[in-house]
Amino acid sequence: MRENILKVALIGNPNAGKTSIFNLLTGLNQKVGNFPGVTVDKKSGPCNKIKSRKVQIVDFPGTYSIYPRSADERVFFTEVTNPESDNFPDMAVVVVDAAHLKRNLLLFSQIKDMGVPAIIAMTMLDVLPEKDQLDLELLAQKLDSPIIPVNGRNGEGMEELIAEIERFEYHIPEPFLPMESYVHDDLFYRATAAFPDEHPYRVYQMMQQTDTYAGIGPEDIDIIDEIKENSSFKSHQLQAQETINRYRLLDDILREVKPHNKKIEENLRVSSQLDKILTHPLWGYFIFIGILFFMFQAIYSWASIPMDFIDEQFGALGEWISATLPDGALNSLISEGIIPGIGGIVIFVPQIAILFAFIALLEETGYMARAVFLTDRIMRVFGLNGKSIVPLISGVACAIPAVMAARNIENWKERLITILVAPLISCSARLPVYTILIALVIPDESIGFFNLQGLVLMGLYVLGFVLALGIALIMHKIINSPQRPFLIMELPSFRMPRWKNVGLTIYEKSKTFVFSAGKIIFIISIVLWVLASYGPGSEIAQAESIVTEQYQGDNQEELENLIASYKLEHSFAGYLGKAIEPVIEPLGYDWKIGIALITSFAAREVFVGSMATIYSVGTDAENTKTVKDRLATEINPKTGLPVFNLASGISLMIFYAIAMQCMSTLAIVKRETKSWKWPMVQLAYLTGLAYVSALIAYQTLI
Amino acid sequence: MNIADLKIGQKGIVTGFSDEELSLRLLDMGCLPGEEITLSCIAPLGDPIAIDVAGSRVSLRKKEASTVMIEKIS
Repeated sequence: MRENILKVALIGNPNAGKTSIFNLLTGLNQKVGNFPGVTVDKKSGPCNKIKSRKVQIVDFPGTYSIYPRSADERVFFTEVTNPESDNFPDMAVVVVDAAHLKRNLLLFSQIKDMGVPAIIAMTMLDVLPEKDQLDLELLAQKLDSPIIPVNGRNGEGMEELIAEIERFEYHIPEPFLPMESYVHDDLFYRATAAFPDEHPYRVYQMMQQTDTYAGIGPEDIDIIDEIKENSSFKSHQLQAQETINRYRLLDDILREVKPHNKKIEENLRVSSQLDKILTHPLWGYFIFIGILFFMFQAIYSWASIPMDFIDEQFGALGEWISATLPDGALNSLISEGIIPGIGGIVIFVPQIAILFAFIALLEETGYMARAVFLTDRIMRVFGLNGKSIVPLISGVACAIPAVMAARNIENWKERLITILVAPLISCSARLPVYTILIALVIPDESIGFFNLQGLVLMGLYVLGFVLALGIALIMHKIINSPQRPFLIMELPSFRMPRWKNVGLTIYEKSKTFVFSAGKIIFIISIVLWVLASYGPGSEIAQAESIVTEQYQGDNQEELENLIASYKLEHSFAGYLGKAIEPVIEPLGYDWKIGIALITSFAAREVFVGSMATIYSVGTDAENTKTVKDRLATEINPKTGLPVFNLASGISLMIFYAIAMQCMSTLAIVKRETKSWKWPMVQLAYLTGLAYVSALIAYQTLI
Repeated sequence: MNIADLKIGQKGIVTGFSDEELSLRLLDMGCLPGEEITLSCIAPLGDPIAIDVAGSRVSLRKKEASTVMIEKIS
C-alpha cells in the first residue's frame, strides 16, 4: 500500500446514511478540502480507533450508479480510475440502505466489477419491518463480500465495521456480473485483447466514459476509439442492458435472501401520509412559507441575544485594554483596530450557526426534496429548476455554499443561472448592515401586529428574491443551451434528524466562517486602521494645533471631535473616500460611507467593522459608545442633517442588498464556471443594478 | 399509455421507454421494465409528479413521465 496508509473510500446512494458513518468513523478529526481539479468538497480523516495500521477515510458524494449525473457524482469515477491519485482507494466501504436494498446494491456491484475490494455497511435495518427475514449471512456469501449491520444513530455495529476495515487484506475481487452477459463477443475480445492487464469491466468503462476515465493517455484513447468504431459500440443501449442485467441478477439473489420478498412499504406509508399534507395545494405552500418565515424570525430574534452579548463583551474588552495599556500607537491599534475587527467576526457566529442548523435540519429530515418538488413548476418559468431552491435558500446563509450547492443541478444552463442570481439572495453578511441601518433610520413602531423594523428587513429579503427571479428570467431568454433540462430525483423517506450530523454541520460551517472569512475581515480591519490613522501629508501630526487655532468656541468635547474628524479627513482613507465621493453623492452617501464601501468590496460584513473603526479612531476611549450610537450622532457638515436619514439609509440598504461585494463569491463562481467571464458578468450587472436602484431610492425619498 | 396518464393511486407495470437518455437515469433509480409503479403525488401546480417504484419515491416532470410506457393494472 502506498505510504502504508490504507485508503478507504466511503461511498453509497444519497440518503443511505453515509454521513453518519463517516462521522462515526472519523469523529472530529475530519478535514474538509477539495478533490484535485474540481471544487467538490472532499471530506476525509483518519480513523484513529484503528491502532494497527494507518487508515484514511475519504467520503465521496452520494451516487446511484457509477455512471455520474452531476459534477459531484463524477468525482468517484475520476478517482477510482486514476491509480496515480492520492484518493485512489485500496478498498471501498459501500453504505447500503436495507430499505432500498436492490437499488443500493446496484452501485455495490459496479464498484466490485471495477476491481475495488468492497465491504458493505448495511444501514436502516432497524426500520425494516421484516428485519429477521433478511438472511445477511447468505447475502454476504452470494455477494462475496462481508456485510456489517450498522446503526448510524446509536453507533451500533461500528466496532465490527472498524474491525473489518482493520482486517482488510488486498485482493482482487471476482466480478459480480460477467461482462459477456451484456457485451457481445466481438467487442469483448477486442477489448480484452487490447488491454490484457486491465479488468475487463475497466476497459468497458474506458469505452463507456472515455472522457471521464482519468487513468488513460491519448494513445489509449485512440485504441479505445478504434475498438468502439470497429465494433459499432452503442453506449446507451449497452448501459441500459447492463443495468437491467444487474438488477435481474440482484433480484435472483434477493429472492433467496428474503424468502417472502415482501415489499418494504411501511416506510413509504408514513411518507405517503406526510407527503399528502406537505405537497397539498394549500397546506403545502402554507407550510413551506411558514418554515421560511420561522427561519428568518429565528435568525433575527434568537440570534440577537447572543449577538448583543458578544457586542457588549468586545466593547468592554476594548475599553479595558484602552484604559490599561499605555497611550500610543499600540494601544490604539489593539483597542480601535484589532478588537473591533475580531468582534465583527465573532458576532456573526450565532446567525451562521442558526442558519446552518435550519438547512441541515431540512436536509436531514428529507423536507428539502419536497421543497424542490413544490417549487419546480414555478422555478421553471424563470429558467431555473426546482433544485435551484436549495442554493437559493442556502444563499440566505452565504452565497458561497449556495453557489456550490448548485452543483446538484445537472443541466448546465439552469445551474449557471442559479449561480448568477444566487448572490442576490440576502446573505447573513448583509444582516448586520441591515440591522444597524434599520435601527438607525426606521422607527421602532408597530403597524398592527407587525413591527416596522421587521417589515423593512423582510422587504429587503423579498427585494433580493424578486430581483433574483427577474434576472433569472432575463438570463433564461439570453443564454442558449442545447442540453435538455430534467428533474429526476428521489424523495427520501421522512426521518428524524440525526442531531450529531446537524451539530457537526453547524460546528464545521461556523469554524470555516470564522477562520476563512474571518481572516479577510481581520486583515482588512487592521489595514483600515492604518489607512485611517496615517496620511500622506503632515496634517495629521499638526491636526491639533491647526484646529485649535481656527476654533472659536469653548466646548472641549466639540473641539476634540473636530480634531478627530480633521485627522480622518486627511488620512489615506479620507482621501480615498473623498476620491469616490462625487460618484456616491447622488446616492446620499458621504466620504466616510465611501471608505466603508471601498473596504466592503472585499466582503460586505466589513461595513459595520469599518464604520466602527472609522468613527472610533480618535474618539475619547473612555467614552466608547456602540457603533450605532456613534453613527446616529453623525452630522453631514454640508447639509446639517444626520448622515443616516431615511433616504440615505434606505438607499444604502438597497445598495447592499444588490451589489456584488464579496470577493470570495467571485472566486467561487470562477472556479465553478471555470472562467472569469461569468464572475465578471455578475460583478458588472450587480454593481450597475445596485447603483441605479440606490440612486432611484434616494432621489425619490429625499 | 404512459405514467403521465395515471391518476393518483393508480398503478401500472413498466413496459418500456421512449427516450433513451432519460431511461438510463430511471433505470439507475430502479425503475425497470416489469416493475410495478404507483402514482403517489402530484405537485400543487400539476407538475412534477412522484411515483413509488421499487420501494422508493421518485419525482419527475410530466414530460419525463410521458416517456415511460406502462400497462395499467386495476
